[in-house]
Amino acid sequence: MADTHAVATGHSTDHSPHLRHHFDDMDQQFDSATFGMWVFLLTEIMFFGGMFGAYTVYRNMYPEAFASTSAYMNPLYGALNTAVLIVSSLSMALAVRAAHLGQQKALQICLLITMFFGICFLVIKGFEYHEHWVDMKVPLFGGHWNYSEAPQFAHQAQILFCFYFFMTGFHAVHMLVGLGIMTTIFMMARKGTFSPTYYTPVEVSGLYWHFVDIVWIFLFPLLYLIGHTRHLV
Amino acid sequence: MHSVTPVRTYVLIWVVLTIMTFVTYGVAQIDLGPFNIVIALAIAAFKMTLVIWFFMHVRTDSPLTKLFVFAGFFWMAILFVFTLGDYVSRAWMPGGKFW
Repeated sequence: MADTHAVATGHSTDHSPHLRHHFDDMDQQFDSATFGMWVFLLTEIMFFGGMFGAYTVYRNMYPEAFASTSAYMNPLYGALNTAVLIVSSLSMALAVRAAHLGQQKALQICLLITMFFGICFLVIKGFEYHEHWVDMKVPLFGGHWNYSEAPQFAHQAQILFCFYFFMTGFHAVHMLVGLGIMTTIFMMARKGTFSPTYYTPVEVSGLYWHFVDIVWIFLFPLLYLIGHTRHLV
Repeated sequence: MHSVTPVRTYVLIWVVLTIMTFVTYGVAQIDLGPFNIVIALAIAAFKMTLVIWFFMHVRTDSPLTKLFVFAGFFWMAILFVFTLGDYVSRAWMPGGKFW
């Protein structure tokens, strides 16, 4: 079977079984895969970029109303979640490194640590969403909304909370997808799929995970740290 | 093959990222007027650069990948400049001053 393949493609058979026939060598295949992933991430940048752009326009229109919402955001949760995601990014980077060096045990442990902190992030986010619901600051699903503390901003502040729930919501969906990817990569790692010559899926999944981290790095100051120095409410 | 980054480097980047998170939080407690948002975004951009350059290995990626990463953010800059160029220059819109 391997011989037929070699004749058909003109390739020698002494290469990695993971090398696809349309690539010259593993290096080129690796570079193509990371490049392709970056092209996908650029579409993701534009996806979140649209929301960040709309946020900027409305924040410029209603700066006081946006600042007033800070009374209902807990920046400690936000900062904690930033730290949690940065730790998960570190363990992800170390997982890729372990895969590159062929350290199977370290790879699996690092992937589990990454997933653990990813789940921590979502749990903390869940507690936050619950607090917003109790505070009646959820202008979605027909409106669980009360802003009687600053009635002059009752309408405009809804815009910020809609941005908040859509942006953090889409980010959380990306986290869930990332956890699914990490589970798959972990299963592959357990089967011993990866080696120093072939760890492309680990690298590419890592790119996705770091990207989701970067989105949060911007969401944290933009949603949690708007108006702490202004006491408008 | 691609070079292996030492664990030291990754840990160092992580330490810097964590410190910058505390700095963002701390600076937000001080009233600097319009500079609060400027500093917050500058720190976020710095953190993003570290993650992209070291954690995402763009440092060792091919020039083509580097170019595309740059192009992605350049494209987003176009989105912001054109959108805000319109909204900020409309005198009849609320929030006339730009933060």
